[in-house]
Amino acid sequence: MTAATSAATELRAEQDRGRKAAQNREKWAQSRTYISAVVILFWCLAPAYWMVVTAFRDVGYTYDTSILPTHVTLDNFKTAFDTSFGNHFGQALLNSLFIGTVVTLVSLVIGVFAAYALARLNFKFKYLVLGFILGASMFPGVALITPLFQLFTNIGWMGTYQALIIPNISFVLPLTVYTMTSFFREMPWELEESARVDGCTQGQAFRKVIMPLAAPAIFTTAILAFISSWNEFLIASQLSSDATQPVTVAIASFAGAQPNQIPYTAIMAAGTIVTIPLVILVLVFQRKIVAGLTAGAVK
Amino acid sequence: MATEVGPTSVKAPASGGAPIHHAPKGVGEDNRIATQGRWAAWLLAPTILALSVVIVYPIITAIVMSFQKDAGLDPATGLFVEGGPAGFSNYYNWIFQQCPAPSGGTVDCPPGTLGAQFWSATGTTFFFTIVTVALETVLGFWMAVIMARAFKGRSLVRAAVLVPWAIPTAVTAKLWLFIFAFEGIGNKLFNTTVLWTGSEWPARWAVIIADVWKTTPFMALLILAGLQMIPAEVYEAAKVDGASAWQRFRMITLPLVKPALMVAILFRTLDALRMFDLPYILTGGANNTTTLSILVINQIRQGFNAAAALSTITFIIIFLVAFIFVRFLGANVVEQQTGAGKGKK
Repeated sequence: MTAATSAATELRAEQDRGRKAAQNREKWAQSRTYISAVVILFWCLAPAYWMVVTAFRDVGYTYDTSILPTHVTLDNFKTAFDTSFGNHFGQALLNSLFIGTVVTLVSLVIGVFAAYALARLNFKFKYLVLGFILGASMFPGVALITPLFQLFTNIGWMGTYQALIIPNISFVLPLTVYTMTSFFREMPWELEESARVDGCTQGQAFRKVIMPLAAPAIFTTAILAFISSWNEFLIASQLSSDATQPVTVAIASFAGAQPNQIPYTAIMAAGTIVTIPLVILVLVFQRKIVAGLTAGAVK
Repeated sequence: MATEVGPTSVKAPASGGAPIHHAPKGVGEDNRIATQGRWAAWLLAPTILALSVVIVYPIITAIVMSFQKDAGLDPATGLFVEGGPAGFSNYYNWIFQQCPAPSGGTVDCPPGTLGAQFWSATGTTFFFTIVTVALETVLGFWMAVIMARAFKGRSLVRAAVLVPWAIPTAVTAKLWLFIFAFEGIGNKLFNTTVLWTGSEWPARWAVIIADVWKTTPFMALLILAGLQMIPAEVYEAAKVDGASAWQRFRMITLPLVKPALMVAILFRTLDALRMFDLPYILTGGANNTTTLSILVINQIRQGFNAAAALSTITFIIIFLVAFIFVRFLGANVVEQQTGAGKGKK
């Protein structure tokens, strides 16, 4: 009897120990996850934080390394827009906005039809077309720049907006088609069939039923297209002029009062202005953007 | 495998190719395909046309240009000569690093000239590609595994990784230039006094660190999307069967996430091979950080046709790498894209 009791007690104790060990393991795993999460947060955000802090720091304290904001000022933002040292940041912002908008609209209008065909229709050479469009999105910009440089020089287009917009379409359009195709494949197309049963033509079904449903997908694609056009540097750095240069070029060539001193605080202010709207946009539409980014890689 | 040709959910068989013709078909079906084909042609026409104008036309022009001589002063006679057919001499000059000699013919390009940099630029490009993609894959995988776990604040982490991705590369380059400045926070944090952009290896590491910072999130998100496709039951079953964490990772996670992972690696590799913005702004291509793209840009103003030859070589290199990936490493982008391999989720 006593032996049995002690055996039972021992068993219970052992179970307790087992449960505790499991709990400990769980806790340890959980805290490891949190440590990793903090490391990721630091790695991703610290440099961006440093940009913003520097943007608000007095130029005399450019290399101040205190982590918290010190010598806070808005002067750098004024310097960023100042044109007296040959910088055209304000104009460049408008240029980027204009180029990005035109490229996005053109790519969407052209690409939406192609994406519909690729997602919905069955036809010969579908794989060939897909391969062509994917290949186009992987295309190195330098392979375009040489002939375009010569062509635009010959026809007097150097430094014009069209000289920047047309090459941009070459990589934004494939991206647009590619992203929208993946989105379209996920949509409830049964509704289109019902609309056709109700007497719509395929075109009407597309316009009246599918377009409203596709609006979020198209909007997300538009954001991705705009961001990729906004980030473009290679082609713009060669084909733009002071009057038409986009922000990426303006920031890369930002000059200060002294020729051999890089005006870091003003550049960080300009960088902050360029980045903040983008970051807000991306965070607001986070889910959709991630879906758009990863579309095509999985599914 | 019979392929349903219906208005809803058209799936292609895994074998790829033009699936319709292998399917048992009736007369109505044939008509339907013809109709759909006509529709598709109309819908695709604007995109194909636009891409032909902005991509195919420049490529063909570049190839034609690459077989032309650059106009300039003839080193032998000192007279201005028009271009003319060059045969493969532009390609030959790049690959064997030959420059026109004053006595006619060619000599080894003197060190420091663009012509002498082809192989070092190719080496730098591949070095950057291999190191950055490797680091991004490992880091991205780790980030994805963390983000796939359930914990409080997960959405915060998922949002945070989008920040580096959303910052334009030109801004990223300037930001890291500032961090790696001599008096910058980089040296302070690491307790070093390195002039990062002033010598070969620090400059290379500066470019690599900045690139990894900027593009790992993209990798992590692609891998995360792949991880989320794996059903939790598979892990539960493996756990019941007594598989260790490492076994679960090696036998379940890796094989199941492989298609997404390969596509992510392919995208990043092709992107890294054309790397331009980051080294161009961060180091100006100094100290052996000149990539092939930077070399092309530097060459443009010294001669279009030689630049065209070099950009064609760059294009061929990228094409070959893509081919190797798709053919031998199983990064089947088209199949992934069309959802043919696995069907819908």
